[in-house]
Amino acid sequence: MSFPSDPSPELAGYAHPERLVTTEWLEAHKGTEGLVVLESNEDVLLYDTGHIPGAIKIDWHTELNDPVVRDYLEGEAFADLMSRKGISRDDTIVIYGDKSNWWAAYTLWVFTLFGHQDVRLLNGGRDAWVAQGRPLTKDVPTPPATTYPVVERDDSQIRAFKDDVLSHLGKPLIDVRSPEEYSGERTHMPAYPEEGALRGGHIPTAKSIPWATAAEADGRFKSHGDLVDIYLTQQGFEPGEDIITYCRIGERSSHTWFVMKYLLGFTNAKNYDGSWTEWGSAVRVPIATGDQPGEAP
Amino acid sequence: MSESALPPSLAAIREDFLALSVQDRLQLLLEFSDTLPVVPEELVDPDAWERVEECQSPVFITVDTTPAEVMVYASAPEESPTTRGFASILVQGLHGMNPQQVLAVPPDFPLQLGLQNAVSMLRLRGMSGMLWRIKRQVDEGLAELAATK
Repeated sequence: MSFPSDPSPELAGYAHPERLVTTEWLEAHKGTEGLVVLESNEDVLLYDTGHIPGAIKIDWHTELNDPVVRDYLEGEAFADLMSRKGISRDDTIVIYGDKSNWWAAYTLWVFTLFGHQDVRLLNGGRDAWVAQGRPLTKDVPTPPATTYPVVERDDSQIRAFKDDVLSHLGKPLIDVRSPEEYSGERTHMPAYPEEGALRGGHIPTAKSIPWATAAEADGRFKSHGDLVDIYLTQQGFEPGEDIITYCRIGERSSHTWFVMKYLLGFTNAKNYDGSWTEWGSAVRVPIATGDQPGEAP
Repeated sequence: MSESALPPSLAAIREDFLALSVQDRLQLLLEFSDTLPVVPEELVDPDAWERVEECQSPVFITVDTTPAEVMVYASAPEESPTTRGFASILVQGLHGMNPQQVLAVPPDFPLQLGLQNAVSMLRLRGMSGMLWRIKRQVDEGLAELAATK
């Protein structure tokens, strides 16, 4: 890792404290050579209304996805994107965003598919920065283009596909959607059936733990002690187990994936980005309804 | 695309967007966000607001329907400029129309603004949701008017 970790006691208990930085740390270090700050939001215009000085906008929807196939960029397109944003392979990247870092965590997950070594989240995201009255600017930086190597995406370590989930049934699986989506009361957004899924419910054996369970009201992650209590003591998961998270398209589950992988130290945590929009429309996959996890078929 | 069916005010908004580069369309959307009319508190009964569930950001709309005119009000937080922009396009674009004109707005109007690549299809669905809910409220308003005649 190119930058020393944030030594804040607030982060010290987590399994991988080097994956988070505090607002204080970022304010002290921003502008330093080798540190790139990226803003990744649900709202595509929010960056333009004001952002952390020096931060560069990156958009999960329009920049990290393949424009045609439901998949992420290939190595060449990712290298080109990094080059245009002035990012080098050995840069330390800090990502922050709106909505308790949902999309920031999703962007971090995609960077991790490409093996970018040092990529961190700002604890509390954009809301924490703004709430503390830290500086914002509308100035958009124009960093010189870099040469970023073409690295093929490695989907084998942190990404789960539908077939992986099918053969995983019976092992730890977390559904982070709302209870209504989990039970199947709600299959899709009213009037937009094509956006949701054809069937409602959840993947059998998945436990319902909405993403916000891991977040404080102010957007920061809960303390290590609280997370241990919730996910290990109450739910009975163990960090040595394989675990998969999912939601509707993979953004909220990236947040919980980050918690499992880096805050609780699950070595084999994967995010199923196909999530309910794929599973709930796939032919002949098992589905459970109601508020109980259900049995593996 | 049902381009011929667009009323002039919405057609003008569409032409404004399509005349710009994809990047500049975002800036125009931001201008719409900045000019979303503020709703005077006394004008709308707090219970009348309907949440647009299609938007992940909290946005509320309410519609006053008279035989001659439809008044659309929308409220969305400043931290959700895209959602505010969508609401503002509809509030300003539908201004002054009568109920039949609003009901005749093609449901794919949000897809005619050339924003798919700039904001993504997923986000545009929020605007389609708003339009659908506005029309549904107009329908309900007309039914109430007919019932009280």
